[in-house]
Amino acid sequence: MSEALKTAFELLVSLDAKLVEIVFLSLSVSLSAVVAAALLGLPLGAAIAVGRFPGRQVVIVALNALMGLPPVVVGLLVYLLLSRAGPLGPLGILFTPSAMIVAQTILILPIIAALSRQAIEDAWSEYEEQLRSLGARRMNAALTLLWDTRFSLLTAILAGFGRAAAEVGAVMIVGGNIDGVTRVMTTTIALETSKGDLPLALGLGVILITIVIAVNAAAYLTKELAQRRYG
Amino acid sequence: MDLIRRLLLLFAVAFLALPAFAQEKFIVVASTTSTEQSGLFGHLLPIFQRKTGIQVRVVALGTGQALDLARRGDADVVFVHAQSAEEKFLADGFGVKRFPVMYNDFVLIGPKSDPVKVAGGKDILEALRKIKAAGAPFVSRGDKSGTHMAELDLWKMGGIDIAREKGPWYRDTGQGMGPALNTAAAMNAYVLADRGTWISFKNRGDLAISVEGDKRLFNQYGVMLVNPARHPNVKKDLGQAFVDWVVSPEGQRAIAEYKIGGEQLFFPNATRVSKRGLPLAISAWE
Amino acid sequence: MSNGSIFPLRLAEVSFAAGGRAIIDRVSLEIEPGPSTIILGANGAGKSVLMRLMHGLLNPTSGKIDWNAPERPGAPRKQAMVFQRPVMLRRSAFANVAYALKIAGIPEPQRGALVREALESVGLVHLAHRPARVLSGGEQQRLALARAWALHPEVLFLDEPTASLDPSATREIESVIKAFDAAGTKVVMATHNLGQARRLGDEILFLDQGRLVERASVGEFFSKPRSAQAAAFIKGELPWT
Repeated sequence: MSEALKTAFELLVSLDAKLVEIVFLSLSVSLSAVVAAALLGLPLGAAIAVGRFPGRQVVIVALNALMGLPPVVVGLLVYLLLSRAGPLGPLGILFTPSAMIVAQTILILPIIAALSRQAIEDAWSEYEEQLRSLGARRMNAALTLLWDTRFSLLTAILAGFGRAAAEVGAVMIVGGNIDGVTRVMTTTIALETSKGDLPLALGLGVILITIVIAVNAAAYLTKELAQRRYG
Repeated sequence: MDLIRRLLLLFAVAFLALPAFAQEKFIVVASTTSTEQSGLFGHLLPIFQRKTGIQVRVVALGTGQALDLARRGDADVVFVHAQSAEEKFLADGFGVKRFPVMYNDFVLIGPKSDPVKVAGGKDILEALRKIKAAGAPFVSRGDKSGTHMAELDLWKMGGIDIAREKGPWYRDTGQGMGPALNTAAAMNAYVLADRGTWISFKNRGDLAISVEGDKRLFNQYGVMLVNPARHPNVKKDLGQAFVDWVVSPEGQRAIAEYKIGGEQLFFPNATRVSKRGLPLAISAWE
Repeated sequence: MSNGSIFPLRLAEVSFAAGGRAIIDRVSLEIEPGPSTIILGANGAGKSVLMRLMHGLLNPTSGKIDWNAPERPGAPRKQAMVFQRPVMLRRSAFANVAYALKIAGIPEPQRGALVREALESVGLVHLAHRPARVLSGGEQQRLALARAWALHPEVLFLDEPTASLDPSATREIESVIKAFDAAGTKVVMATHNLGQARRLGDEILFLDQGRLVERASVGEFFSKPRSAQAAAFIKGELPWT
């Protein structure tokens, strides 16, 4: 373990070009996926939270269940979609970062939708009477609540980012772990492990964990400060 | 609404920064874990790219998976090492022409303690028979890779129907060469490996080469352009450029030059016929 | 008042049942603009439910509720309600009131002046840019009143607005309500506080176990209650059932 920490430290200090490239790609892919999943998932969660339609309970249960989608299964499904032999083959994005973003977006969309649905439903029970009294219709109310619960939603978005940054199954299959093109932190760790270079793999793992902790800490602090300010 | 606009902008910036790759010329080569993890491509491809400006993107899978990938049209070139599988690929019309490129050999890796007393031997079939008889732990890749197919061939050559005669000593892991070696190191088991991966493998534990040098351990690599008639999206000119270069004297020299710790991993043996009909390179194995 | 006004409000044999129990039991009444109406009763008498039925937050299980001019969805509401606990969005006091105007479709350039006017009427201009949720309970309730008032509704429903407040905050709220009443807004307020009913009300609607038991002017109700339940309530002796 100490050798791993030593390796991690050396890598960081030397700002090894390959490492920087890999970290940058990891963050770009996962952050893009988070943004896409948030743009789709937050309104979806809000709509389900305030909506009333037949089968709503089934949708909620299904959404919660999909949070546990195995990354490798998502990877396989997206591969089949994007393969030349598949329906979206002509897009030609297999084995590029775009495919990785698509796969990770699908993976974390249920997380963001389900958690935001929960947060907004809780808020809705608090605000419903007042908002209806003011004459707000459901659509309006959903958007209002999205903004009002923004700090809780940040937690949901972070949960999505954590999942995306940490997964290896999906990006490995749809990205192909191509050196310099689709090699991210997690697939590099997998590769170095399989080459038997365990200290290097662990070192990269330490860096990955540090990044995820840093992102979470920053968001936690933001949330705390904002809650104290806004109540 | 302002927030949404800001988010969209962030998204656009992040997303657009990525397909900078899309501007370059590139091909996708489906290859094996042995060529990638041994570091051969890390050495070879920059030379090719400097010469032609073509970026080679290697997706490293087992031979079987690589050929399946190419069948689906997701690669432009395959570079693998299981001759019978490659020939079937050709026969099914998915490849244009197969060129031998280079060879190395397989080695039987085993614990230094050598429980079945096969170390130092030169007869792989005898070794495998002893392993089975003793029920000594043996790790198989089980992933339709070239190495896996070679292993299955060797069992058959030794008169063993491994599918029916295997026992708990036979560990079918379904993994690449590196993970299989990791598993073997952890279990102190025997495993068939290609020499290239073994030389570059760092987590040897208590393992060492047990058997080597048997002619039946010869491991030939071949390269094929995926048939553009079957998959029009194949970049046939760029792909052909790669195939041509790899069997050219320059490419072959680059292969020979790749060494780890002074030891050469792969031996070029392309037999592309010159304009005068003479073979251009001869296998040193004979 | 005839066209345009939402009054009179008519309830005809309105009942509301939940969990097998009749929370409101065949109530019929008419509400006219003008005198402030207090809905008085013990806890559990059905005051809150009756208010919500009138305001349209609940639908009756039987009977009819009719305003004179039914509201068009999307048009600014002519009624507003203040709840026992104020519900504020995570924004400034100013923004909370502006939000109500936005829902009503008031164009952005006009909102500022209306918000300031509403905040002035409750004495909260100095806190306009504070986050609403860090204000005290009394301040938030005043803000709720400002928000309700900002659209100059024809009727203001208040559901026990001071039940969670201390005496000084209660006094402030009561003075705001009196001011709105004086300005012409119809006040319909639910309370179980006799003193408050006397201070703010012109007429009393007395509810007991979901039934409208008595309706009288404030003076008559407190000096000569006609029903036994009302008499017992005033004396503080209404039994639990």
